[in-house]
Amino acid sequence: MIPIAYYLVLAAVLFSIGIGAFLIKRNVITIFISIELMLNAVNLTFVAFAHKWHQVSGQIFVFFVMVVAAAEAAVGLAIIIAIFRTRQTLNVDEIDLMNS
Amino acid sequence: MNSMPANYLWLIPLLPFVGFLINGTLGRRLPRGLVSAVALLFTGAPACLVVWLWSTMLGVGGPQVLQSAAQTWISITGFHVDFTLAVDHLTLVMLAVVTGVGFLIHLYSVGYMAHEEGYWRFFAYLNLFMFFMLVLVLAENFLLLFVGWEGVGLASYLLIGFYFTKQSAADAGRKAFVVNRVGDFGFLLAMFLLVMHFGSLSFSQIFSAVAAHPEWHGAAFLSAIALLLVVGATGKSAQIPLYVWLPDAMEGPTPVSALIHAATMVTAGIYMVARCHVLFDQSPAALMVVACIGAATAIFAASIGMVQHDIKRVLAYSTISQLGYMFLACGVAAYSAAIFHLVTHAFFKALLFLAAGSVIHALAGEQDMRSMGGLRSRTPITFLTMSAGVFAIAGIPPLAGFVSKDEILFQTFASPNPLAKLLWAVGLITAGMTSFYMFRLWYKTFFGELRLSPVAGATDAHAHEGEHDEAQAEHPHGVHESPWIMLGPLAILAVLSVVGGWIGWPAALGGNNHFEHFLDPVFASTAALHGASALNADQVSHGMEIGLAAISVLVALAGWYAADLLYRQKPGRATQLAQQMRPVYETLENKYWVDEIYESFLLLPLLMFTRGMLELIFERGIVNGSGRALAMVTRGFGWFARRQISGNIRSYAGWLAIGAAAVLAVMVFGHSLLVHL
Repeated sequence: MIPIAYYLVLAAVLFSIGIGAFLIKRNVITIFISIELMLNAVNLTFVAFAHKWHQVSGQIFVFFVMVVAAAEAAVGLAIIIAIFRTRQTLNVDEIDLMNS
Repeated sequence: MNSMPANYLWLIPLLPFVGFLINGTLGRRLPRGLVSAVALLFTGAPACLVVWLWSTMLGVGGPQVLQSAAQTWISITGFHVDFTLAVDHLTLVMLAVVTGVGFLIHLYSVGYMAHEEGYWRFFAYLNLFMFFMLVLVLAENFLLLFVGWEGVGLASYLLIGFYFTKQSAADAGRKAFVVNRVGDFGFLLAMFLLVMHFGSLSFSQIFSAVAAHPEWHGAAFLSAIALLLVVGATGKSAQIPLYVWLPDAMEGPTPVSALIHAATMVTAGIYMVARCHVLFDQSPAALMVVACIGAATAIFAASIGMVQHDIKRVLAYSTISQLGYMFLACGVAAYSAAIFHLVTHAFFKALLFLAAGSVIHALAGEQDMRSMGGLRSRTPITFLTMSAGVFAIAGIPPLAGFVSKDEILFQTFASPNPLAKLLWAVGLITAGMTSFYMFRLWYKTFFGELRLSPVAGATDAHAHEGEHDEAQAEHPHGVHESPWIMLGPLAILAVLSVVGGWIGWPAALGGNNHFEHFLDPVFASTAALHGASALNADQVSHGMEIGLAAISVLVALAGWYAADLLYRQKPGRATQLAQQMRPVYETLENKYWVDEIYESFLLLPLLMFTRGMLELIFERGIVNGSGRALAMVTRGFGWFARRQISGNIRSYAGWLAIGAAAVLAVMVFGHSLLVHL
């Protein structure tokens, strides 16, 4: 049996990569992917703990997260396409309508 | 105890309040007839209730004291105040004066104010005044009395400043309010001391506590309480040194001067001293102060009244002087004499003011006696009624003023007060002055030739009070007699001024002092205390009383003769005399410069202090400064926050990450940090 620490370290590494990419990257799609990465890092910890404590609720939570993530991805991609059509760019530094 | 009338006591003050609410809220849209109907109905009804109350309490086996059921007002540990109304014989007298004279003056006002702007406002205020005055006299504890006390002050302020677009009227209202506040401060301190020493503000509890401790006679704390109450009374009843507001209060409409500043409100101080007689009886020092203030005010105000030219001002100083008599009577523990004079004074002074109002009405707003004259034939009914008032106040027997003033002078003379003879002499001289200035007014107004040309009078009226211009249009012939609705109350008050004194006709002159015996139950403790001296005096020497009465009648006649000589027989003589005694005359005409002295020694330093210290340092420095500092801090935060709204998604993301990290850090390490701290 693999100790839980391994899972948690892997999840932390994945999450950190996600945050790093989120902060550094300029392409919207890359940012989007990094968000997915962070979500799945969290999913991994859920599953790991569910396995360790033999609790099914953790697994169910993961399904919920995946469903919400799928819906979010659909809406998010639609928004990205709409932005690209109007502004001809995917660089977030140029998408700054809220700058007063 | 709780018989039928006691359950309805609260109706007496509440009815005028309902009238105030109706006229105050809807009056603007109601026709004038309806406004006056409401005002008269809601002052007439309490008057009827008071009559019912009289008949109940004076009937066979009627109660001496009526008290309404106690409704808790304030209840905290060790201190309790109720909404309680109580009626004894003293209150009955006051109720009769307030509702009776009040109703008559409401009636008169319907005629007098007929052409005024703000008709509804006037009657709303007048009803409000009635409400507070009735609360004042019905209150069973100091706090409720104080509510009425402040309330009548408010109503007085509103009515003095009734012509609020006129600067002098607005100033006069403010002056009255501020000066009264000085007195109220003393009253408040007295209440604090009462709570401290008795733990209660109820009249019955405090007075029975004092009565149960005869060893407190002359105790310092009782004297302090009594003296602070005197401070309150000097403010409300216009005594030295707080009398200065009353002459200026004449800026209000004349019926207001009659009701508030002559007949009722200003007597509140006298009523309060009489109500608290148990406290004053135990404090000879306070009584002495009251007597001296009263005598000094009486002669001081009378001397000013002798040279004033404004008809209402003469009456105002006369009021102050007569209130001084009442104070003097209280000061020699002759409370029933004070209340007796209060009642007769209410009759004849209300009459004099209303008659003066009728004169002013006739002359389209003219108030200066130098422009009057010869009105005897033109306004015969006003002349007749005013003559009754003049003869009454001058102390010509057998009119009301003679009886009550003589009672005061006699009681003063016979009192055990070490200064009794001096006080009596001052009172006697004042009586002569009173007679002089009243007959001076009488001659100048009604005799000789009218010194007012109709045209000048009309234009002057507009400048003077800005009223009665419509009256002018209706009466193109100028000087005219007033309508019946004004003359009716005059006639009733004139009859009362003549016969009103007979209810207390002294035993020495074949009467039975009915009024004094009527109040005996209220002042029983005083009688017990001074029994050996003052109140036995009427058995001691009827001869002396008759002698004193004769002296004061002679003095009154001398005053009349002097006025007759100066103002009827040799009209030029008065000016000549004024020229010869120029310094004295100017001092009197300028009212001893008291207003100026107050202004330069009290008002000016106060203003300098507020402008210099408070405005510069406190207002601009601390208040404005802290306000500005707060604004700068807020603006700084705003500037910083605005900088963050860049529209740059990655900077938002950065903040989000930092925030999440902070929350995480607190969750993980926060607990251990707290433990260490």
